[in-house]
Amino acid sequence: MKTTLTVNAREYDVDNDPRRTLLDTLRDDLGLPGTKKGCDHGQCGACTVLLNGERVNSCLCLTAMHDGDEITTIEGIGSPDKLSALQEAFVKHDGYQCGYCTPGQIMSATAMLKEISDGAPSYVSDDLQTASLSDAEMAERMSGNLCRCSAYPLIREAIAMASEVKK
Amino acid sequence: MKDHFTMDAPQPRLLDEMKQGVIGTPMDRPDGPQKVSGTAGYAADHTTENMVHGVLVRATITRGRVRQIDKSSVEAIDGVIDVITDARMIRNPAQGMAGSAPVQPGDAVHYHGQPIAVVVAETFEAARDAAQRLAVHYETEEAAVTPETSTDVETGEPETAGDFEAAWSGSEVTVDKTYTTGAHAAAAMEPHAAIAEWKDGAVTLRSALQMVRFNKKELADTLGIDPSNVRILAPFIGGGFGSKLGLGPEAAAAAIAAEKLGRPVRVVMTRQNVFDTVLRRSETSQRVRFGATKAGKITAIAHDDRVSNIDGEGFAEPVTQASQFLYGADGLSFTQTLARIATTPAGSVRAPGEAVGMLAFEAALDELAEKLGIDPVQLRLDNLPETHPMDGRPYSARRLADCLKDGAERFGWADRGAPGSRREGDWQIGMGVASAARANMLIKSSSRVRLTGNRAIVETDMTDIGTGTYAILAQIAAEALGLDPSHVEVRLGDSDLPGASGSGGSFGANSAGSATFLAAKKIRARIAEALGCAEDSLTLQNGLARGDNREAALTDLVTEEFLEEATVKAGKTSESHFSSGFGAHFAEVAVHEWTGEVRVRRMLGVMSMGRILNEKTARSQAIGGMIWGIGSALTEEMQSDPRDGHVVTRDLANYHVPAHADVPGQMQVVFLEERDDYANPIQTKGIGELGISGAGGAILNAIAHATGRRVYDYPATPDRVLAALDA
Repeated sequence: MKTTLTVNAREYDVDNDPRRTLLDTLRDDLGLPGTKKGCDHGQCGACTVLLNGERVNSCLCLTAMHDGDEITTIEGIGSPDKLSALQEAFVKHDGYQCGYCTPGQIMSATAMLKEISDGAPSYVSDDLQTASLSDAEMAERMSGNLCRCSAYPLIREAIAMASEVKK
Repeated sequence: MKDHFTMDAPQPRLLDEMKQGVIGTPMDRPDGPQKVSGTAGYAADHTTENMVHGVLVRATITRGRVRQIDKSSVEAIDGVIDVITDARMIRNPAQGMAGSAPVQPGDAVHYHGQPIAVVVAETFEAARDAAQRLAVHYETEEAAVTPETSTDVETGEPETAGDFEAAWSGSEVTVDKTYTTGAHAAAAMEPHAAIAEWKDGAVTLRSALQMVRFNKKELADTLGIDPSNVRILAPFIGGGFGSKLGLGPEAAAAAIAAEKLGRPVRVVMTRQNVFDTVLRRSETSQRVRFGATKAGKITAIAHDDRVSNIDGEGFAEPVTQASQFLYGADGLSFTQTLARIATTPAGSVRAPGEAVGMLAFEAALDELAEKLGIDPVQLRLDNLPETHPMDGRPYSARRLADCLKDGAERFGWADRGAPGSRREGDWQIGMGVASAARANMLIKSSSRVRLTGNRAIVETDMTDIGTGTYAILAQIAAEALGLDPSHVEVRLGDSDLPGASGSGGSFGANSAGSATFLAAKKIRARIAEALGCAEDSLTLQNGLARGDNREAALTDLVTEEFLEEATVKAGKTSESHFSSGFGAHFAEVAVHEWTGEVRVRRMLGVMSMGRILNEKTARSQAIGGMIWGIGSALTEEMQSDPRDGHVVTRDLANYHVPAHADVPGQMQVVFLEERDDYANPIQTKGIGELGISGAGGAILNAIAHATGRRVYDYPATPDRVLAALDA
């Protein structure tokens, strides 16, 4: 299947098996292995990318269905010598251990911060009109991203710090 | 030049005297920028042009033999290259530190889910499709798949001290309870993965492995080749927790397929493969008996357990490991029963023994406290033995009493109140405590340090599975050589480098750290010689060497590389003294009286774990372990079909590891200052497993305190909590 994708602001033409997931296309065809495969079933969040600005599990996306779409991966967020505020906060707060779920956590958090600033409520929001960045909100909204090293409290510290920096 | 050091006597605390001041500091991980930018290369990330894809085929019978694999059933699938079976394929991952091939079953099937072939195709999609469609014909045999139905059950000789029966029958107050714990999966986020490539009769394997020195021998033995023809690369590993100690079936399959096809082959386990074939933690049944005087002096301790494993595996979950040295009694007795069953093999999962043994042991002790009417913290304090209760060895360093007292103070334990007395609407609130303990080890390790000017390189085949090895080895070398840690490059996870302990049993930092320290110390001696001062008067700081009124910059002094290698191994101190990490866990939970849901509200771990090398990574390890405690207490259980033994919970939607929403923001960790002079030359203790050891016990005791009822089958899922509330 011929598909044109824009990934990290660069256009790619791919000709994939129709069964290929966006995750495998990114990793194996486009040379962007920063996006990780943890379960291939949408259960762990390690493969989270932004699809037209919203977070998705790329293992649940068939590449062929995304002709013309814009995708952002961890490689499009920052590089080792030019990290985003969120990436820097993860380093400072040790918001990881093995690092395998980390790209997914950071992509998910990037989108989550936008969702909150857009006022999207969650299951734990007290007020449906104004979403806040409390620890409970972050815990709820980040629960699609598993971390077996269990850096959870430190991941949320990092996100909170990065959002402070942005303000 | 090599230096073999045996830990026969306490060593001076040189890291405390050195001047760079980076040891113990909460330095950011040097590998952090790579990890957060997706540029850290894990095993499966290293694709090459000519690489093909392998997918493991699993057996769908419990026991028997593969009579025929019908390759024609998948030949028509576009892109399929081969279906490979081979007598060298392995049944399951090697046990930790095996150093030899695991069981190679040939055409025999020993458990449901066993890898029996690998399908290789030009694309992953084709290989996956073919692996699922492949027609396999079996001959089947009957086999027991539960410990209860197993006919191959062996009970070991009791391990004893004193006369348990006499002490037990003389006890004024007793607790005698039986607990069960479910099987656990390590469930590291990175599925087991391997890429193999051959050149001139030698194989290079990129794989997610924790113990490269041993894994190299395991692969060589599996393939029947000389270890000199094996190179293993594992610079980044996406979590291990014991599950990647030994060479796995995906690595053997990749190597065999790559050899046969003459192309690089990548085999990545599906998440379902991981649950099917990677070593699980055994389920347990545990009977715990405590006898005491009315005044609260423990007189009798017995902890008997039954665990399981498949035939041919030497491992049995060491359930009572911590029970044997935490508390004193007149009589102690520990007996293990091992049932052989035809299911996913069992092996080491984070803190084998303590992780499940302490759930039951610390819960039973809590029940004793309740029966005696003595505060659980006080009962623990009152029964700490002078020396190891089983063999009389002195403890090398033990601040358990301080941990309990300090934790109680910080946690607000005094406000705990009576069981079942605190309520917020439908939620009942309670607090629980448990001790933490995890035996400490030093394993033979080598490391090489190279210094040129004010830049150093540390080289060892040690791994960093998220534990922080890159950080702490840089800090050790930087401290010893007086360098900024950013001037130290750490190279890990390459079997061509000096062999270290690998990551396991919480001994990695002790072992590889000590070897690195000793190698750097040899370089210090050479610097002293170059400067013309005595070694013990040498001070190294910020790239300057000083001593005996001389001073020189390392850039002037070390113009040609100083290279030193050192090897450390355990010695007499491990026999003369007993070393363990200790701590105290505190938990506050809310239990919903109508749904049985348990929410952990906050946890505190106060720990004495020797010298802390990096306050930041140590804290992360401790918090991670405590969260594993949440999983073992509340959510984690591998379930198998009692008819054929197949794993039912074979993905992350069915095997419930804690998620963000299960974990409170208040996860506090406090390290008490400690040096363990008998442990190793850098006075450290292991950290990776102490956090989980006892943590779940504190949660279970908090449930009992919240509700006044106890759950005896773990995890304490809502159905079990409700049943206890209704009992």
